[in-house]
Amino acid sequence: MFSSFILALRAAGLPTSITEHLALLNAMRSGVCDYSVEDFYYLSRATLVKDERHLDRFDRVFAEVFKGLERVEGEDHELMQQLPEEWLRKLTEKLLTDEEKKLIEAAGGFDKLMELLKQRLAEQKGRHQGGSKWIGTAGTSPFGAYGYNPEGVRIGQNESRNRSAVKVWDKREFKDLDGDVELGTRTMKLALRRLRRFARQGAATELDIGGTIKATANNAGSLDLKMVPERHNAVKVLLLLDIGGSMDDHVRACEELFSAIRTEFKHLEHYYFHNCIYERLWKNNRRRKDTETTTWDLLRTYGPDYKVIIVGDGAMAPYEVVNPGGSVEHWNEESGKVWLQRLTRHFRRTAWLNPVPQDQWRYSVSTGMLSEIMEARMFPLTLEGLDDLTRELAR
Amino acid sequence: MSFKSTKSYIATRDLEVAVNAAVALQRPLLVKGEPGTGKTVLAHEVSRALGMPLIEWHIKSTTKAQQGLYEYDAVSRLRDGQLGDERVHDIGNYIVRGKLWEAFEAEQQSVLLIDEIDKADIEFPNDLLLELDRMQFYVYETRKTVVAKQRPIVIITSNNEKELPDAFLRRCFFHYIRFPDRETMEQIVQSHFPDVKQELAREALNVFFQIRGVNELKKKPATSELLDWLKLLMIEDLPPEVLRSADSKVVLPPLHGALLKNEQDVHLFERLAFLSRRQPQR
Repeated sequence: MFSSFILALRAAGLPTSITEHLALLNAMRSGVCDYSVEDFYYLSRATLVKDERHLDRFDRVFAEVFKGLERVEGEDHELMQQLPEEWLRKLTEKLLTDEEKKLIEAAGGFDKLMELLKQRLAEQKGRHQGGSKWIGTAGTSPFGAYGYNPEGVRIGQNESRNRSAVKVWDKREFKDLDGDVELGTRTMKLALRRLRRFARQGAATELDIGGTIKATANNAGSLDLKMVPERHNAVKVLLLLDIGGSMDDHVRACEELFSAIRTEFKHLEHYYFHNCIYERLWKNNRRRKDTETTTWDLLRTYGPDYKVIIVGDGAMAPYEVVNPGGSVEHWNEESGKVWLQRLTRHFRRTAWLNPVPQDQWRYSVSTGMLSEIMEARMFPLTLEGLDDLTRELAR
Repeated sequence: MSFKSTKSYIATRDLEVAVNAAVALQRPLLVKGEPGTGKTVLAHEVSRALGMPLIEWHIKSTTKAQQGLYEYDAVSRLRDGQLGDERVHDIGNYIVRGKLWEAFEAEQQSVLLIDEIDKADIEFPNDLLLELDRMQFYVYETRKTVVAKQRPIVIITSNNEKELPDAFLRRCFFHYIRFPDRETMEQIVQSHFPDVKQELAREALNVFFQIRGVNELKKKPATSELLDWLKLLMIEDLPPEVLRSADSKVVLPPLHGALLKNEQDVHLFERLAFLSRRQPQR
């Protein structure tokens, strides 16, 4: 049951597992929810989705898988239970136009129709589809769903239960919670939180056993506890930002993002480069000449424990990466590739943050080359990208 | 026995389904949502609706999973040892029970609230996996296993500051409390202030949703802020007309301190009000 649904969810990238599938089946059996599509939607959502970022994707898959599902699969006694007369009457009144009601009158009136329905329900055994007498779907009998009989009564296809339920997941209210969306003002806050988490690593106190024994001994044997703060592993970050060009806005956003939490890092340094990293970097773009440092100096100044984050779109001519003298600004003795390899070899953790949406990376040859040099440690500027980046760097 | 909206707590149908599923299958329910949408209150309401005692465990950044089970008070045992106290011979005297133990040993089934689980260390949820799954744990000091007499109903809230591990999530039901729509909000207001003047409530809700509509706000006011604000309005006994501004655009509402908690947001509103005043009336 529902395995195709589970598979569709997995195909859409939701980490749904057998445990959850079984939980859903158990919950169905224990009769937690009524036999209605809407309740089933809520129940399966509570069971299968564990992260609000996935809610939107879940809604989409649900709509796709259960599209055209007009009644809950079930035994007929359920159907019987579902159809109190009052309710049916109300429903019919709601669904039928005046002309149709007149047609019903012609066929013997409303009450007769209801009587016939009850009779058929009693006679019918098993689920039914097609045909011209029994209650089911896609038939021409007056009862059932998707029928052609103008005096038909829709069963299990009613508006109140079904269409409103469809609306619930077709509304896609959780759209902006999806983690793949690029960073906007709202998601910026969340991104900050992720980075903060990355920066903070342990600050509790622990018992200093050696110190305690010594102090207790000094105290003539009466207990004297000594505590020491746990080793504080503040993270050191070196930011290298691509500046000058179409990506300036994104790069500035990144810079702000990091400087907003600079107090969280033990050290946060930043340098600029243009397009690709060559033998020189600078600290201030306006006073570029005065603030230049050679990349060799950078490698000597900052130890391998610095985590390097390179921010840039990586879109340039391929020769800017691989050829000596390929730079658009000056003559470079050694190619960008050589410099990047030097960086990745010197620093233990390096990663590239790319503000260009990930699905566009493949249109740029140089992006692929850079990603290869970075050993696939290139991440998009989305919440998920930041997550992966911090996970990679914190490893 | 099932959980339903009460007079004092309006639960949407999806929340009811999630709570009832968690109760029926005896699995923890993880609740997330914007601050101020009633995550913690939910546990109180569930305990009231099902007539069970509530055991609250509030998590801080320094909380360890072990503290929820028990703590061995080695320091006081050492001290007692030095003073020659008789109690020192039984290690059981120095085992301090935690909230989880309390819930396991309770005579009656109880509701256990683990509040703001994301505040704790990243390993915290992992350390509770087995305990929440089997509802039992082992006390090393006394070599005894504590097994739950009745499986408590566990409600866990999170503000999303940390990602929870997959293995933990697999064992939970999940519900994301969405911000209530206008209709639900009216019900919530009615349930909290049954004697509020209809007109005042309507105007207040208008203003409230207008404020929430401003996208640049740093902290959007949520349900709890609205309720505080309404209470203030009622205490001050302001006439509803005060809330209905002339051009019904953006003006700083009276007693806005209850709604806007951030001086940048107040400033933003002052600027917007200034702009809308400058625009010629159409």
